[in-house]
Amino acid sequence: MKYQNPKPKWSELETGTAILTPGSARATHTGEWRSSRPVWNDEHCVQCGVCVIFCPEGCIAFQADGYPKADLDYCKGCGICVQECPTTSIAMQDEEE
Amino acid sequence: MATTFSPISVFAARLMPKEQRFVSGHRACQGCAEALAVRMVHSILGRNTIVASATGCMEIISSSYPDTAWTVPWIHVAFENAAAVASGVEAGLSILMKKGKIPQRKIQVVGMGGDGGTADIGLQSLSGAMERGHDMIYICYDNEAYMNTGIQRSSSTPYGASTTTSPAGSLSIGQHTWKKNIPMIMAGHKIPYVATASPSYPFDLAQKVKKAAKVKGPAYLHIYACCPTGWRMKPDMAVQIGRLAVETGVFPLYEIEQGVLRITHKTPELRPLKEYTKHQGRFRHLDDATLEEIERRVLDEYRKLERREGLAL
Repeated sequence: MKYQNPKPKWSELETGTAILTPGSARATHTGEWRSSRPVWNDEHCVQCGVCVIFCPEGCIAFQADGYPKADLDYCKGCGICVQECPTTSIAMQDEEE
Repeated sequence: MATTFSPISVFAARLMPKEQRFVSGHRACQGCAEALAVRMVHSILGRNTIVASATGCMEIISSSYPDTAWTVPWIHVAFENAAAVASGVEAGLSILMKKGKIPQRKIQVVGMGGDGGTADIGLQSLSGAMERGHDMIYICYDNEAYMNTGIQRSSSTPYGASTTTSPAGSLSIGQHTWKKNIPMIMAGHKIPYVATASPSYPFDLAQKVKKAAKVKGPAYLHIYACCPTGWRMKPDMAVQIGRLAVETGVFPLYEIEQGVLRITHKTPELRPLKEYTKHQGRFRHLDDATLEEIERRVLDEYRKLERREGLAL
């Protein structure tokens, strides 16, 4: 896995090893763990937003066109959005090398 | 903060706050309902929050050095003193405001822990913090075992569940004691607000978190968090299992406000327990007789809860 945040040397540590940049975990792209990805069918999607609130990663958001999509940098491919979608407009698709 | 949701449907999802305080990039397992619950709770609590977190899953996944998934001030403390640290932060803030060193404003102090950090190891400091009446929220994310260290049993593990330290076998049915009822122990402290919640019911959860933040004095929230890894189930089932736990009566949703109990999700006809247990590998070894015994106990507890509804505890 890529760790974009460099590990500091012991002499560069903050007091109490505090981390001073909030939300720095965004630099770690957990989407690399995924073996299948959610794919939206916009014809069936009613933009209800159930997938947006039930995503444990918080990586699904409404796009500019009004339809929700997952940020594949962070999506771990758990499939909760597929199970919860009331119109079954999300499907899991296997990742290929 | 003031808007309240009517619990009519989940389709008003756009009303949920969009800003994240627990950001993507945390290292939770696929389909972790505990991470989902933390994300929901903190997007509702908002920016003026200070969090003291006990050791546990939520600590290791959100703060592997040099990363942090938090955008609010957050401190990791030991298993046994999350509530003590949160109460100290609250006392420190109030004296600094009284002396005029920092401006007067509402800063919500939150203590959080897993079921091990709450029910087993942190119980004495939690009891002390609740008894002293600090203006704070303590949230227990209950995934029913020590998942972080490799699925060891805790006092919150339900009867019959197989874990690595209570394994099922020819002479053992797995966990042989019943789940400790922490919300009722907290209600025994006569604190103004105690509630149980589940991320499978996001609007119910949102309302309870808002009530807990508004209340003057200590509030305790017990949040049910399915763990696909520890419960040996499919990662996409976490939200459904949370819903089944409520509908079968295993984890009833209720709140105790100023000592008066109210069941917030009524299930007049409980679903059979098998619908809940059949998806989980930790209950796979149980025979019908044991399942019936558990079902009787669950029903008994649920009817007891119904009888106490509306009465002052």
